[in-house]
Amino acid sequence: MVDLPRRSLLAGIAALGASACSKITDSGAAQSLFDAAEDGHRTLHRALAGKQALVPEYSRAERSPTFRGNGTVTIADPFYQDQLAKGFSEWKLEVRGLVDNRLSLSMADVRALPQRTQITRHDCVEGWSAIGEWQGPQLAALLDAAKVRPEARFIIFRCADVLYGRDYYESIDMVDAYHPQTIIAHTLNAEPLPEKNGAPLRMRIERQLGYKHAKYVKAIEAVASFDDIGQGKGGFWEDVGNYQWYAGI
Amino acid sequence: MTRHALSTRLWHWVNAAAIIVLFMSGLTISNAHRYLYWGDYGFDPKDAWLSVIRFPGWATIPQHYDLAIARDWHSTAAWPFGVGLLVIWAAMLANGHFRRNLTTRLHDWTPGAVMTSLRAQAGGAERSYSPMQRILYGLMFGVLLPLMLFTGLAISPGFQAAAPWLLDGLGGRQSARSLHFLAAWAIFGFVVVHVVLALANWRLILAMVTGSTPSPLPEGAHADG
Repeated sequence: MVDLPRRSLLAGIAALGASACSKITDSGAAQSLFDAAEDGHRTLHRALAGKQALVPEYSRAERSPTFRGNGTVTIADPFYQDQLAKGFSEWKLEVRGLVDNRLSLSMADVRALPQRTQITRHDCVEGWSAIGEWQGPQLAALLDAAKVRPEARFIIFRCADVLYGRDYYESIDMVDAYHPQTIIAHTLNAEPLPEKNGAPLRMRIERQLGYKHAKYVKAIEAVASFDDIGQGKGGFWEDVGNYQWYAGI
Repeated sequence: MTRHALSTRLWHWVNAAAIIVLFMSGLTISNAHRYLYWGDYGFDPKDAWLSVIRFPGWATIPQHYDLAIARDWHSTAAWPFGVGLLVIWAAMLANGHFRRNLTTRLHDWTPGAVMTSLRAQAGGAERSYSPMQRILYGLMFGVLLPLMLFTGLAISPGFQAAAPWLLDGLGGRQSARSLHFLAAWAIFGFVVVHVVLALANWRLILAMVTGSTPSPLPEGAHADG
């Protein structure tokens, strides 16, 4: 048995495993198992770290020499291009949904709020990482100013970019919304955000993967459920590619 | 050789299934960005210490490229793998399997001791855990399997807030990712040797299922009886 052709044996085991897995993947039971595993990771992370625990912050010397742009890196919309040329002088950030005090902020308003500066690592779902310095107001400050109602459970980010014919959007729960490092960044490495990195405003959701960090943010919306938004999975990549909603794994 | 404890047998097969799923879905995840780096950051192939081949569909879960499904399988199979590792360590410490069969002394690590145990293994005369087995199984339980668990946890952005020291200890997130990849292939190498040796003496496989003694006849039994 020792001289059994090793390669074909391994290939056989692999094929068996892979075809079994693809059959299981198509079943609803597998999706429930995946969802349970995802919830388990989120629960474990938050139980071990606490809801407010910070991710590591780096020194300026530890930044990556450049910061990769990924996903949408340019926006064709004429209004956007006009605003990009004018330094976003007429750009508005809305805070709406389940709030008592709806806000519409100019870039000057955003910059006038108390600011947080943080040098953090950005991890893409693909596996790469980059480190950059971000500055902007904490999301918590905006939500407090807008007086979010108690029935709100999630925060939706509405974006100016369109991928595969759909508007990009993302969502987080109130734990991440009120996390101290969750900011709406308007600078990267002390310069106004470049177009490829989400000008004029992008989210930093530091305990999750890159696709949660919505770019080109137009509006922040408090909701009780995201069942009726997009395809109901809470984000663009969640809808289009069935990516995990909790992107902390 | 004593019977395998029930905990050992259960863990062995649950873990075998988990690491097959983890390995094959991990190859899909590797295909998503086929470059490995040292340090905290890394995104430019020019900075990579290794450019990894694209793993073919027959070796990956799923067989076509789908990162989201691969990640679902990977983070699901991580549960039986991680929890299983904690359970088997607790069981091995409690039932004496670790002390009896996996601990080594300095003289077990000499080339002579390893050669002697290799020859005994080839002759099928081995009755207890040889120095070579103690060293290999010890490396698996003591180094490679825990390294997989800890590097896997460290790569998770949600886990870093719980244990920032873990990322520091591993030399940064991209180093942790590189170590995760290297440890996966070291475990693959172990599994190939392990399976080939087990196939050479199929009673060992039966013993891992039923717990029965792997020697053809119990001590004191007669060949004709």
